Amino acid sequence: MRSSRIKRARVVEVIAKTVTGACLFFTIAITLSIIGVIVYRGAASISWEFLSAMPKSQMTAGGIWPAIWGTITLTLGTAAFAVPIGIGAGIYLAEYAKRNIGTRVVRLSIANMAGVPSIVYGLFGLALFVIAMKFGTSLLAGSLTLACLTLPVIIGATEESLRQVPRDLRQASLALGATKLRTILRVVLPAAAPGIVTGTILGLSRAAGETAPIIFTAAAFFAPMPNSPFDPVMALPYHLYIMATQAVKPAPAIVWGTAFVLVGGVASVGVLAAAWRTRQRSKLRW
Amino acid sequence: MTRPSNETARRGRPGLSRAADAVVRRLIALCAWVAIVVLGAIFAFLIVNALKAIREVGLGGMIAGTDWYPTSEPPLFGFLPSEVGSLWVTGVALLLAVPIGIAASVYLSEFAKGRFKDIAKSVVEFMAAVPSVVLGLLGLAFVAPVVNSVFHLQSGLSALTAGIVVGAMSLPTIISISEDALYSVPKELRQGSLALGNTNWQTTYKVVVPAASSGIFAASMLGLGRAIGETMVVLMLAGNSGLIPNSPLLAARTMTGTIAQEMGEVVRGGQHYSVLFAMGLVLFAITFAINLAADMVLERQRKKWRR
Repeated sequence: MRSSRIKRARVVEVIAKTVTGACLFFTIAITLSIIGVIVYRGAASISWEFLSAMPKSQMTAGGIWPAIWGTITLTLGTAAFAVPIGIGAGIYLAEYAKRNIGTRVVRLSIANMAGVPSIVYGLFGLALFVIAMKFGTSLLAGSLTLACLTLPVIIGATEESLRQVPRDLRQASLALGATKLRTILRVVLPAAAPGIVTGTILGLSRAAGETAPIIFTAAAFFAPMPNSPFDPVMALPYHLYIMATQAVKPAPAIVWGTAFVLVGGVASVGVLAAAWRTRQRSKLRW
Repeated sequence: MTRPSNETARRGRPGLSRAADAVVRRLIALCAWVAIVVLGAIFAFLIVNALKAIREVGLGGMIAGTDWYPTSEPPLFGFLPSEVGSLWVTGVALLLAVPIGIAASVYLSEFAKGRFKDIAKSVVEFMAAVPSVVLGLLGLAFVAPVVNSVFHLQSGLSALTAGIVVGAMSLPTIISISEDALYSVPKELRQGSLALGNTNWQTTYKVVVPAASSGIFAASMLGLGRAIGETMVVLMLAGNSGLIPNSPLLAARTMTGTIAQEMGEVVRGGQHYSVLFAMGLVLFAITFAINLAADMVLERQRKKWRR
C-alpha cells in the first residue's frame, strides 16, 4: 500500500518532468528553427553589393544600403535621447529615491510605459512630434518616438545593475569623506557599468527592430539618403514589411537577405554586448 | 587629485561639491519624472486627437458599433470587428502560450541545472529579441500554408494563423517573468516540503507553484498585454477582413492592425483620422488596465517575500 504510493509518486514525477521539459524544448526548438531558417534562406544573398548598393527597379533588385543606414541613424538618434534620461532616471531610482508615494507613482508609470503597445507610441509620435512640433515624417520624429519606447528598458537595466553593487562599496567611499555624487560617479557607476551598457544596448537593438512606431513617424517606402534630421528615412524593419506584403513580390533572396541582415545585426550586437558584460564582470571582484 | 594648497581652497571645495550634489540630484529626479510626463502626454494626445470622433460619432457608438466601413457614405465606424478580431487572436495566442510558457518556466526553475539552464535561458532571451516583422515574415512563409492545408481555407491568413505566431512571441515574456516568480520562492519552503517526504514534483505543484502563483498570474497578464498590443504580426497574418469574425478560422482585423494599416491613408485632422485615435485610446486603456493589475500583483508578491 505504502510502497505503491511511493511508486506512483515516482511515475508522476517522471511524467511531469517529461511534459514540462517538452514544453521548454519546444520553445527552444522554435527559436533555433527561426535562426536556422533565416540563416539558411538569407545568408546566401549577402554580398558586398547587396549591403552597399541602392535598391533598383521598385525594390525588386539591387541592395538595401539606405535601409541599413536609416536603421543605424534611427538607433543612434534614439540613443541620443533615451540614454542620458534613462540612465539618469535609473540612478535616481536606485540611489536617491525614497520609499514614498511619489516614487511608487514613478515606478508604476515606468512599468506601464513598458506595456504600452508600440502602435500607440506610433500614434503619439505622429500627434506630438510629426504634427504638433512640426518635425514632419523624419529621422528626428522617429528617433524621439523610439526613445519613448526604449526609455523604460534603459531605466530598468540601470536600476537593476546599480542595485547589484554591494552597499559596502558605497559606505567605504562615504566614510572616506566623498560626497554622494562623487561616490556614485567614482565608485558605484564604474562597478555597475557592464550591466548598464549591456542593458542599454539590448534595449536599443530592440528599438532597431521595431516597425509599428516608425510607420507614420519616420519611415519612407523609398527615400534618398537623409541629409538632415528632418528627412524621412528608409529602415530595415519597414522595408521588410513592405517587401513581404506588397502585391509585386520582390525576389525571395532580397526579402530573406533583408531579414538576415536585420536579425543578424540585432543578434550580433546583443551577443557582443552580453559577452563584454561577462568579461567585465569577471574582472570585478567584491 | 591635487592637494589643496591653502585654507580657502580646502573650505571652498566641499561647498562646491555639495552644490553639485544638489544640482545633480534635482536633474536626475527630473529624468525619473519624464516617465510620468510621457505617459500623461500619450494619454492627453490620444484624447485630444480623438475628441472630434467622440463628439461626432460617440464613444459608445464606436465601441459597440458592428460595422467598419470607414470610406462608405456615410462612413460607419464600428470597432466590434476589430475588437472581436483582437479577442480571437489574443485568445488563440494565450491558449498556446500560457500553458507551454508556465510549464517551460517550471522546468527551467525547478528541474534544469547548470550549463543547460544558462543556455536555455539565453535561447529564450534571444527569441524575445527577434523583431516582430521577421516573425510575421516567417508566419507568412511557414504557418499560413500549414493552417491553410489543415483547415482547407481560401487563404492561410486568419485569426488562428496570427494567434499562433503572436503566441510564440509572448512565450519569452511569460517564461522569464514566471521563472523569476518561481525562483524567488524561498528555499526553506522547498526544503521543508522535501524533508516531509514529498518528491520534487509534489513539492513543485503543492508548494512552489502555489507560493509563486501571483507572479505566474502576473506573467500571464503581461503576456496578454503584449499579445493585444502586437501589431506587425497581425497586420501581416490576420487577413484584415471588415466583417466580425465568428470563428478564429476566418480572416480578421485587430485594433492594432486597423490603426497601422489605415493611418497612412487618412486625411490628417479628418473624422477617420480622429476615429483611429479613439481606437488607439481604447487600446491604451485596455493595456493600461492590464499592466496596472499585473504590476500590483507583482508588487504584492515582492512584499510577501521581502524579509
